[in-house]
Amino acid sequence: MIAELGLVALWLAAALAGLQFLAGFGALWTKMQGLADLARPAALVQALLCALAFVCLLLVFARTDLSVALVAANSHSAKPLIFKLAGAWGNHEGSMLLWVTVMALAGGLIAAVERRLLERTMLATLGAQAFVGLGFYAFLLFSSNPFERLSPAPLEGNGLNPLLQDMGLAFHPPTLYFGYVGLSVAFSFVVGALLTRQVTPEFARVMRPWILGAWVFLTLGITAGSYWAYYELGWGGWWFWDPVENASLMPWLAATALLHSASVLAARDALRAWTVLLGVIAFSMSMIGTFLVRSGILTSVHAFAVDPERGSFILALLTLYIGGALVLFVVRAGTVAEGERFSVMSREGALVVNNVALSAILCVVLLGTLYPLLTEAFGVRVSVGPPYFNPVSAMFFLPMLPILAVGPLLRWRRDSFARVRASVIALVLLALTVLLGVWLWAGVAILPLLGMAVAAMVAVGSVLPLRGRSLRKLPLAVWGMVVAHLGVAVALFGMAADSAFQQERLIAANVGDVVEVGPWAATLEGVVPVAGPNWQAIEASLTLRYQGGDGTLTHPQARAFWQPPQETSEVALVTRWNGQLYAALGNQTEDGRWQLRLWWKPFVTWIWYGGMMIALGGLLALLGRLSVDVRRRLAAGKIARRKADEQVLAA
Amino acid sequence: MSTAIKPKHQRLVLLVIALLALLGAGLLAAWALRNQASYFYLPSDIMDQAPAPDQDVRLGGMVEAGSIEQQADGVTIHFIVGDGSARVPVSFTGIAPALFVENSGVVAEGSMGADGTFVATNLLAKHDENYMPRELEGMNAEQVRAAVEGTLE
Repeated sequence: MIAELGLVALWLAAALAGLQFLAGFGALWTKMQGLADLARPAALVQALLCALAFVCLLLVFARTDLSVALVAANSHSAKPLIFKLAGAWGNHEGSMLLWVTVMALAGGLIAAVERRLLERTMLATLGAQAFVGLGFYAFLLFSSNPFERLSPAPLEGNGLNPLLQDMGLAFHPPTLYFGYVGLSVAFSFVVGALLTRQVTPEFARVMRPWILGAWVFLTLGITAGSYWAYYELGWGGWWFWDPVENASLMPWLAATALLHSASVLAARDALRAWTVLLGVIAFSMSMIGTFLVRSGILTSVHAFAVDPERGSFILALLTLYIGGALVLFVVRAGTVAEGERFSVMSREGALVVNNVALSAILCVVLLGTLYPLLTEAFGVRVSVGPPYFNPVSAMFFLPMLPILAVGPLLRWRRDSFARVRASVIALVLLALTVLLGVWLWAGVAILPLLGMAVAAMVAVGSVLPLRGRSLRKLPLAVWGMVVAHLGVAVALFGMAADSAFQQERLIAANVGDVVEVGPWAATLEGVVPVAGPNWQAIEASLTLRYQGGDGTLTHPQARAFWQPPQETSEVALVTRWNGQLYAALGNQTEDGRWQLRLWWKPFVTWIWYGGMMIALGGLLALLGRLSVDVRRRLAAGKIARRKADEQVLAA
Repeated sequence: MSTAIKPKHQRLVLLVIALLALLGAGLLAAWALRNQASYFYLPSDIMDQAPAPDQDVRLGGMVEAGSIEQQADGVTIHFIVGDGSARVPVSFTGIAPALFVENSGVVAEGSMGADGTFVATNLLAKHDENYMPRELEGMNAEQVRAAVEGTLE
């Protein structure tokens, strides 16, 4: 019964999306008030119905109702409850239901609270939101029904892929989905603003929290995904330029550019057409990301099921929405009046550099990701990896960062170089000192060397805006900017230090041997077979000593699951403030020794600390903007009440 | 400086800068992709025309039965990858995936050494039902041979 209830709720929600679409656009063109009054309630009820459908899915998973095909395929009665629940979205159908639910909740929230824009623009936005939603409802109901029944019901379920039985993985996909959905809301606002010719600072202010929220989730998702790949794959790397990683990086790059250009539009009423175009591109990248991941069209270390039918469905949606939005942009871009002017030497000028550089990086990443598809059409098989992505993206990323260090010091509209000359000279001197110092001391490769110099410059530059200001009165949004920019410096330093100074040792060792890597000494104490509930493994006992200090006993494993058959490397990690020791156990050699692979990775953890700081900065900015909005709304309400009182008194 | 520029012009200048940057990025990408993309080779392709010694490529084929030899250092293996008509010796230093076994498909990433041995830096073996190096998806020895013969006709 619960499954049927969920399905009915989903169909009703889809019908309401249809109503919302008709009401929004119908009212826009016919100007019938009756239709306009339907749009907001339709969005609200739709959100409730979707939430109900999602709760139904959670319930059938919690109760392990094996007569539901999805539960039988992905769950098992003996799993802990938390993984039963996480299993509800740890599969294709459930994750798409989560996507649709989050989107409906976002639509409901806009309908309930957003009153700053012209009502016409809101109607167009709600209509566009419903239009995007309809495509995903169709996808869900016609090709990925999560509530499909299975008859006869099996006695036991298949269980969840062991790699996914991990708290990190339980939250990684929803985090990215929240990001993608946030960008879909920004997209709807863009379509609404274009259709009603209302590309205004107010539009940017309304859209900005959604971009910020999406960006925070994407940042967290990418950071968590990177750390997961690092410790789970056992290759010691933290970024592989895998197509699926790129699929999450590309929307992030677009969202970062959009975030900054929306700030310019909100504060200064400039970059109107550009912001609108970025809004379309950001959502396009989410759709392309979903397409790449869900269709399995690209070779990837991520083991996603290949499903051509679903791939074609998403491709059709992608063409419809993105093609449609781009046509709308081309038709309407001419009517978006030129915004305010600004001098090159201004905050806007710096942000334009940021936007152009981010777009260029997005361009090279997209081309590199799609290139294998292109050549395969001509019968040539290639793969594109770090030798392409690293230098080409760095070529745009590194020049962008000095501008990031200086940009926040500049004033809006127009500034003089003389005013910031001292800071700029100090920053350049700092970068040169670090460059020269590291080069003389260690002689590292060019990219990590530049990375460290630029990281130092960004770190100092990002806190300079605090100079001479009262820290207690500083708006939260400025704190957000400072923390996020500092996070960029921290992450960049981690990447550069790890590439420059990591030391690796690959060896076949006997029990009792001591292996040295950098400042560490590892003693292989023993190797034993161990077994878990659904795997068996060989496990080493490895004592790790840093500079002859106290030993830490660790247990790296080479683990083999049997259902489904899969091997994982459970690496041993010892974390210090200045880096991590990473140890992986390999196979046994013919003469009885054990393969060990050890890395000393100085400051590698700073990459993920930096990522978390960037996300925290975004969160602070979001809270800052929201609190200002709330205060403004309260003040407006107070003024309105006072006016009403005065009128009553006057009467 | 831009105060003298009319509004229409500033917009045009911004547009031109953005287009130039994107065009530059596109050209750079195209140039880098031609040089840095790693091409897929079957053993018979290597026999026909070996890639330049320092160029990263991917070599795919079947691991020949009885060809895996472990070297004295315990972490290097030598083996032979074949496709039915040609054979290429491969050397790999590292931890081989457990599913890397004789008579099964493998994709080796690396480059040709001067002595005609392929020096692999990474091995991709069939992991599970869902993931297999795409180039060898669903192929057994016969099919790899057939695919190669097909291209020779």
